[in-house]
Amino acid sequence: MSKHVVVIGGGVAGLEAAGRLSREGLDVSLLEKDSITGGHLNRWFKLFPDRRDSSEVKDYLEGLTHANNVKLFTNVTIEKLNRDKDHFSVLTNDGKELIADAVVVATGFDLFKSSRKEEYGYGIYDNVITSADLEDMFRKGEITAADGTVPKKIGIVHCVGSRDEKAGNLYCSKLCCVTAVKQAIEIREHYPESTLFCFYMDMRMGGAYYEEMYREAQEVWSVNFIRGKVSEASETIDKKVVIKVEDTLAGRPLKMTLDLLILMAGMEMSEGGIKLAGLAGLKTGDNRFFEATDHHFGSNKSNVEGLFYAGTCTSPMNITETISHARAAVSEVVDYLKNS
Amino acid sequence: MEKFGFFISKGRQINYDSNDRSIAEYIYEREPSFRRCIECGGCSATCTTGSMTKFSLRELHILIKRGENDKVMESLKKCMLCGKCILVCPRGVNTRNIVVLAKQAFQKSAAYAI
Repeated sequence: MSKHVVVIGGGVAGLEAAGRLSREGLDVSLLEKDSITGGHLNRWFKLFPDRRDSSEVKDYLEGLTHANNVKLFTNVTIEKLNRDKDHFSVLTNDGKELIADAVVVATGFDLFKSSRKEEYGYGIYDNVITSADLEDMFRKGEITAADGTVPKKIGIVHCVGSRDEKAGNLYCSKLCCVTAVKQAIEIREHYPESTLFCFYMDMRMGGAYYEEMYREAQEVWSVNFIRGKVSEASETIDKKVVIKVEDTLAGRPLKMTLDLLILMAGMEMSEGGIKLAGLAGLKTGDNRFFEATDHHFGSNKSNVEGLFYAGTCTSPMNITETISHARAAVSEVVDYLKNS
Repeated sequence: MEKFGFFISKGRQINYDSNDRSIAEYIYEREPSFRRCIECGGCSATCTTGSMTKFSLRELHILIKRGENDKVMESLKKCMLCGKCILVCPRGVNTRNIVVLAKQAFQKSAAYAI
């Protein structure tokens, strides 16, 4: 009888890991808390840096799991996860108990809740939205201010909930800069009359073709980049947003009225992941993500034997890195099961 | 008032809503590489004028882009147009031409009598 692996989380990492494990001849159950798989891919419209449709990646991942007969359980959360001698017992909210020889945790990330940065007024001011809200607009094909008008002056705030002690997150989410650049270009394409401003602390374009995209945003799309952390936003009587920022390169404070302000929400350890850490006794780091046994050569291994991590439950990653990390997890699981 | 040493200080805040960015627009149109500047300061570091006087091409770029033109006009005269800044620019900005165009823009603009 083939060995059974439970994969927790049906996002990018979970789908890739489940599909590959199944292809290795293992019996795989994939548990997803939502009604559909795909995770954050369902919310993002186009992907950086090549701006392909996110559904292409989702189709590939779901194709992989379907072709390999992964058993999918949706609307499922974990109530208990115990290791008993050489196997795991996974108890779900619908009363099922799954017995597994190995477990892959792929619980992913949550977007930072931008309302926590009260000084930006998300949820208070009509024309302050997040990067995820903007993706919803892209999908609908219309980008509007709250009153339905076309926004002309648009600001983008980088590092919302990242590199911010006040938000409790010292780390860089790594992908918000390139998301800002991508979204700025998309808005400019949609509305050639619009003027875009990105407010950044550092431009961290550390990925293949990210820097090139930044250059394209400047050169081809005339996106303005202003170095400085927006300190606060306020609303005018006609519902525009006034921001205060120091233009650190001019060495002067600057104020500007905008029709729309977009917050680049960072990545945080998911709530599901934190719950699971408590249930299964999994170690988490100062950044609250799962802590693997070795940063360099054990990035999939947890402190529990036979339980492995895949993807952004360990740190912010882009899709390419997530898929690679999930594949690495598969190789760890196969190794483990061979030797156990 | 002055006698007693009192004065009202002018605000330091850049008001992006009301500032005049026609000089920047003039340069953008004729030298698109102006948009590519990432404010690294390589130009200012290599600048001979900058090492002898208070002159920074990087700062000049940003002031033009923000429409803080008053301070720019005086400063522009210091540039000797040697072009060393072009050699060090990592983004291939034609920095020398930006100085030339800025001067032109100021000369053509009725708002700024040079």
